[in-house]
Amino acid sequence: MTLSKDEILRYSRHLIVPEVGMEGQLKLKAAKVLLVGTGGLGAPLGLYLAAAGIGRIGLVDFDVVDFTNLQRQVIHFTKDVGRPKIDSAAEKMQALNPNVEIVKHEVALSSENALDILKDYDLVVDGTDNFPTRYLVNDACVLLGKPNVYGSIFRFEGQATIFAYEGGPCYRCLYPEPPPPGLVPSCAEGGVLGILPGTIGLIQATETVKLILGIGEPLVGRLLLYDALAMRFRELKLRKNPECPVCGEHRTITRLIDYHQFCGVPQQPPKQESKLTESEIEVTEVKEKLDRGDKFVLIDVREPHEYQICNIPAAKLIPLGEVGKRLGELDPEADIVIHCKSGMRSARACGILRAAGFKHVRNMKGGILAWSDQVDPSVPKY
Amino acid sequence: MAKILIPTPLRQFTAKQDSVTVPGATVGEVLAALTTEYPDLRKQIFTEEGKLRSFVNVYLNDEDIRYIGKDAAPAADGDTLSLVPSIAGGTH
Repeated sequence: MTLSKDEILRYSRHLIVPEVGMEGQLKLKAAKVLLVGTGGLGAPLGLYLAAAGIGRIGLVDFDVVDFTNLQRQVIHFTKDVGRPKIDSAAEKMQALNPNVEIVKHEVALSSENALDILKDYDLVVDGTDNFPTRYLVNDACVLLGKPNVYGSIFRFEGQATIFAYEGGPCYRCLYPEPPPPGLVPSCAEGGVLGILPGTIGLIQATETVKLILGIGEPLVGRLLLYDALAMRFRELKLRKNPECPVCGEHRTITRLIDYHQFCGVPQQPPKQESKLTESEIEVTEVKEKLDRGDKFVLIDVREPHEYQICNIPAAKLIPLGEVGKRLGELDPEADIVIHCKSGMRSARACGILRAAGFKHVRNMKGGILAWSDQVDPSVPKY
Repeated sequence: MAKILIPTPLRQFTAKQDSVTVPGATVGEVLAALTTEYPDLRKQIFTEEGKLRSFVNVYLNDEDIRYIGKDAAPAADGDTLSLVPSIAGGTH
């Protein structure tokens, strides 16, 4: 393998660094890296890894670009809204560096396809957004003996490390089990500072390039924590757990399992118009109740900063975290309708009220997003 | 007295404070004092049987307490405890 005249010019600032040089640039060109996810972390990763001249970059994503992605997923542009992320990302990376081979895997990574997709790559970069896929990527990397360059973010904080590197600790050594669904909010629920995935994604990109070049000290056996608000990096020791079920001495996981079941999240059923259950109410019916002047209480269980973005004026704001403490403000015999953004938190609030003996509690199906779609389009969506 | 660093997802249970200082001579005592002061935090980091949840790690300075004696690890004045829950965000 050699570099063309054009490539020598393109990579000249690498070639004149002694630690990289021609030998290092050829290592990058020979490398095959799989990038799982082309979102917040995947965006800077994809751009910089393509620019650096990684020979083959595989992308895994089956999502579509939407407007709420643009605040941080800098590989996708406004014109890309509605397009598959994988096409949008591949196009930008190819435009940035035509020398790079981009392989598109437009699938949801699963126990059935993961080993087959991962096996052709030297290392895997985890830029996913959910626990089932993170455990799947981890286990597949451990089983195949491939390093897993890990990064994860929440609001103003990020974590990064390299798992499964030459028999080192894996994600299960750090966290044997995922949190139950609903306890830890996702970016969609909890929000994220748009720049944060850039910082963490580029730490992953740095570690990827270092591993390929074989230079420096890899981020192995250390968990790097980043707090953007304090602008502070901390490092914690990450040890291999001898009792780890997938990489420990007495391993019990020797093949991929059902990760949705493991994480307690049922696999998303195919989209269909779900029937209204007895404990739910359509937004249109809530509107009719308001117009008729029915006697009922409408409660919004979102956070105050969400209420400021948009609200239904008739609704009383009681954030989910306060519902338990503020039951005294409500009449257990009253007709109560609860809403949130999309219906998840309000379902939990309904459960709390019913458990406390409230008799007539219903969840407004689809939340204020459905209200915006079906009742009042002037209500902004977020 | 040990300082406990509270990560963003758990600050809603500690009156929005990013660090809390409580008394205690061992990690177990410090965590007990913390969850007595902020009872809503208890359910987040302990199971009903009082065991640390498996998606919340506790570090004494930079050491995972699972490898230095767990609850019994001595916590001296000036030590820092960190609660580090798993977070999954990345794409959406």
